[in-house]
Amino acid sequence: MDDDLIEEFLAETSEALSELDVDIVSLEQNPNDEDLIGKIFRLVHTVKGTCGFLGLPRLETVAHHGENVLGRFRDKDLQVTPEYVTLILEAFDRIKDIVAAIAETGSEPEGDDSELLQKLDDAYNFGKGEVMDDGMVDLMQMSMEDLAAQADADKNNIANTEEPIEAKESNDIEEKDDASKSKDVASPANQSLRVNVQVLEDLMTMVSELVLTRNQLIQILRSHTDSEFSAPLQRLNQVVSELQEGVMKTRMQPIGNAWGKLPRIIRDIGVELNKTINLEMRGQDTELDRQVLDLIKDPLMHMVRNSGDHGIETPEERLAAGKSEAGHILLNAYHEGGHIIIEISDDGKGLSTDRIKAKVLANGLATKEELEQMSDQQIHQYIFNAGLSTAEKVTSVSGRGVGMDVVRSNVEKIGGTIELKSIEGKGSVFTIKIPLTLAIVSALIVEVAGERYAIPQLSVQELVRTSENSSQKIEKIKGTAVLRLRDRLLPLITLSKLLKSASGDISSNDNDEQIIDEYGNTKEVEAELDDIKGQNYIVVTQVGSYSFGIVVDKVFDTEEIVVKPVPQILKDIGIYAGNTILGDGSVIMILDPNGIATASASEASFSNDLDIDAGGADENITTSERKTSLLVFRAGQGALKAVPLSLVSRLEDIDVAIIEEINHCKVVQYRGQLMPIVPFNDKIPFKDKGHQSILVFSENNKSMGLMVDEIVDIVEEVIDVQLGGMQPEILGSAIIDKQAMDVIDVGHFLGTSNQDNFAASGSSGVLAEQGHEQSYKVLVVDDSNFFQEMLTPLLSVAGYKVVSVTNAKEALSLHNANEVFDVIISDIEMPEINGFEFVQKIKSADSKWKDIPAIALSAHTSPKDVEKGLNSGFDRYIMKFDKDGLLNAIKEVMTEVEQSKMGDAA
Amino acid sequence: MSAEQSIINQEYLDNDVSKEYLTVTIGGQPFGIPVLKIQDVLQKQIVTRIPLSQAEVAGSLNLRGRIVTAINMRKLLNIEESDNVSKDMNVVVEHGNELYSLMVDSVGDVLLLSDDTFEKNPSTMEKHWNNISSGIHRLDNLLLVIIDVEGLFQSFDVDE
Repeated sequence: MDDDLIEEFLAETSEALSELDVDIVSLEQNPNDEDLIGKIFRLVHTVKGTCGFLGLPRLETVAHHGENVLGRFRDKDLQVTPEYVTLILEAFDRIKDIVAAIAETGSEPEGDDSELLQKLDDAYNFGKGEVMDDGMVDLMQMSMEDLAAQADADKNNIANTEEPIEAKESNDIEEKDDASKSKDVASPANQSLRVNVQVLEDLMTMVSELVLTRNQLIQILRSHTDSEFSAPLQRLNQVVSELQEGVMKTRMQPIGNAWGKLPRIIRDIGVELNKTINLEMRGQDTELDRQVLDLIKDPLMHMVRNSGDHGIETPEERLAAGKSEAGHILLNAYHEGGHIIIEISDDGKGLSTDRIKAKVLANGLATKEELEQMSDQQIHQYIFNAGLSTAEKVTSVSGRGVGMDVVRSNVEKIGGTIELKSIEGKGSVFTIKIPLTLAIVSALIVEVAGERYAIPQLSVQELVRTSENSSQKIEKIKGTAVLRLRDRLLPLITLSKLLKSASGDISSNDNDEQIIDEYGNTKEVEAELDDIKGQNYIVVTQVGSYSFGIVVDKVFDTEEIVVKPVPQILKDIGIYAGNTILGDGSVIMILDPNGIATASASEASFSNDLDIDAGGADENITTSERKTSLLVFRAGQGALKAVPLSLVSRLEDIDVAIIEEINHCKVVQYRGQLMPIVPFNDKIPFKDKGHQSILVFSENNKSMGLMVDEIVDIVEEVIDVQLGGMQPEILGSAIIDKQAMDVIDVGHFLGTSNQDNFAASGSSGVLAEQGHEQSYKVLVVDDSNFFQEMLTPLLSVAGYKVVSVTNAKEALSLHNANEVFDVIISDIEMPEINGFEFVQKIKSADSKWKDIPAIALSAHTSPKDVEKGLNSGFDRYIMKFDKDGLLNAIKEVMTEVEQSKMGDAA
Repeated sequence: MSAEQSIINQEYLDNDVSKEYLTVTIGGQPFGIPVLKIQDVLQKQIVTRIPLSQAEVAGSLNLRGRIVTAINMRKLLNIEESDNVSKDMNVVVEHGNELYSLMVDSVGDVLLLSDDTFEKNPSTMEKHWNNISSGIHRLDNLLLVIIDVEGLFQSFDVDE
């Protein structure tokens, strides 16, 4: 038998019994107190129920018969008389004796309760179905006398049962030295103590306070070497640390406490839906903070209920699917690096990708095209969206369309994450990762403009120190600061700017004369720090799969801080996760990286990829497949303009004085070459003086500069060109970052500058070469309008004839129409027939195109992808946007074709 | 505060504590805060600014291990700031299990006031004031505006 369970039962029962003693006595005084009877009845009922569960038949029988009598009290058809109270008390005493014996030996003592039971039954049956009359009273009197006699006999009985136990115990004492231990075990009720949570909370607060004072003392001690206080303080330090740990422990509870109701829920579901479900629970002893436990309880229950309801199939379905009749749900909890991981897995039918897709479409959460681009796993994430219950029918158990979204938000509220893996037909696994405690977190203390803030260590990835002179330095694209970090551009958020830009208007409104910082100094609210100073610290932070750098002035060390919630009136400010009191007694705010990411996004119109729901498992796919980095700038009239960042070679800011004019063209000397400078359109005049921002586009070692008025931002966005361009320089308009923007046609400008300048200025090399390739005909297969439109000008500028189609089917119909091309460029991710299948088809033996070189163009360029592409029949595998690579590849394959032709001829 | 309060409590032991008010001044105007609402009165404290918070929120301070949000009453009442008065006395009140400090210029006596002198706010009173005041006590030499602590926090919600 489960020792822990028994122990808990004993503690609970002893407590209940002592309560019952008091209650039954007061019942005697107030026989009509219904609440009291109800309470007593419930307590006895609980004892009875637990006994049955634990397999304690003797105890159960006694409790049961006692309950019967109490039931009659409750139903008011038996009057509460002292005699009956005695009888009930006697029954309680018997229960107590048995309980005590169980506590000692771990099992029920032998003994005969038949007399007691008989009396209880007599009382229970007394007057049943009969009308109370005078005659009855006599009867009652008589039975009472009986009872008294029997009670005496019973006492002996109890004494008998007690004797052997005592004897046994004394044996133990003789045998063992650690007799006291067995005594301890004997009274589990005294071992645990129920304490009001508030008392613990207060205790925690006091300990926090003590820790702060300790820290203060140690700080003072540091400046007094050789102090006589140092030794005692050292001791104090240690004791306080232990005390803090101890108090923390009191808040910890095994997660099993939150699971208590689950077996029952699963049983009920099984009965209601005619399913056989086994619930296995592992790691019940894993401890976590009770605050976290409380918050996780409901989501867990919901998810287990879901697993039982939606996940596990009926026995018939299971058998048909070749599974065992009984479904299996596994709950597993374990610690992992400061977190607790809870897995809920079932071997049920898994998530139906198709049904989720249909729902997603019906709710307009994504378009069909978008869905087609997604992996199953990405699609599964949609179940965390609001209002997306895929249960076909609403059962009484679940399926009301509120659910996983609430679960997710609850989990995220406590700083956790939830991941989902599901294979249709095989089952699903939900993995919840939550911090052990919310109360104390490790945080990095940073300083910005003389004020300190805490950043939770959990989201801090690394610290980077930058300075003007070192290789690590902050670069700026117009106002947007970025950092090169190991081949990646890290967007930067300047904390001083984020915190002050919004408060700036406050101080300007009412001349707030002073701000008191934590050192007690007063100072003016500084104007927004626009300039990033020479030396900075960057806290590289990760939220979900989105990384960014927070620029701060100073970094102190990490501290264990006690998180206190922010007051209600500050809840609207999204960037604080709480506040805390530091070792020196000052209050500081705890920043919420998630909030910062969001705030900075709305403030600087920085579209970030907060793709938490993807669970990080396939972040590469999400980011590269769907989003394109775009440089947003202003040039000329009208909407903002955007251009894929990958097409831009450099951003330059040139002094207009160095612009020279050759042949009616503006040029600058740029890296030893003449670079034409082109206005965005004819209407834009050249500046006379000052500086001019230009975007440099490079093509075949030639560069051109496009004059722009202002560089606004860099955004990552899915490009969906919706309107064709009316002007030649514009490819079309798209909604980017919630604004309509013109996506410019780089090809047009390259074309303009090439024809107008390069050709005219005698740089004929390129064109001559291109002239040679003029006859080559290229087929572009890509379902993305954007890429088509980007490739067509690029290829035509390079001198190829371009035919583009939007899917493989169209391409195959061209094949059937006996069209001939020199090169085929194909996307990989396409609806219906993907690139791999397409190339296999055209490279098959009976294909008319089998000798035409094929080049794959894909966002996925992992070695595995490349290998797969080459194995499928592609001659080259090029990353999307790598235009030089593409042009080179075309040139290479054409050369190969020429050579083989020549070889054939020879 | 506690010493002061205990004396007063003894003095007025027979009287209704709910009619006792702590007088404070904000920008020269006397205000009364119900004594029963007050947790603490503190000297000038070190206040940590909270960027992005509402203008009325002066910051947060540490009161024996509890974090108290300081509210600049001058801002809340739309009173011009001026430097020549002593200020930043903190009257700590509790609202929704959270502690807030009302930053006032100075703290005066505790007065026991009778209902006879109480009147509703004049209808012409400025909105900011009307929101946070439950009424006015007409005293011999001054008009004491009674601060309605609950209303004060409600006005916060309305404002934002």
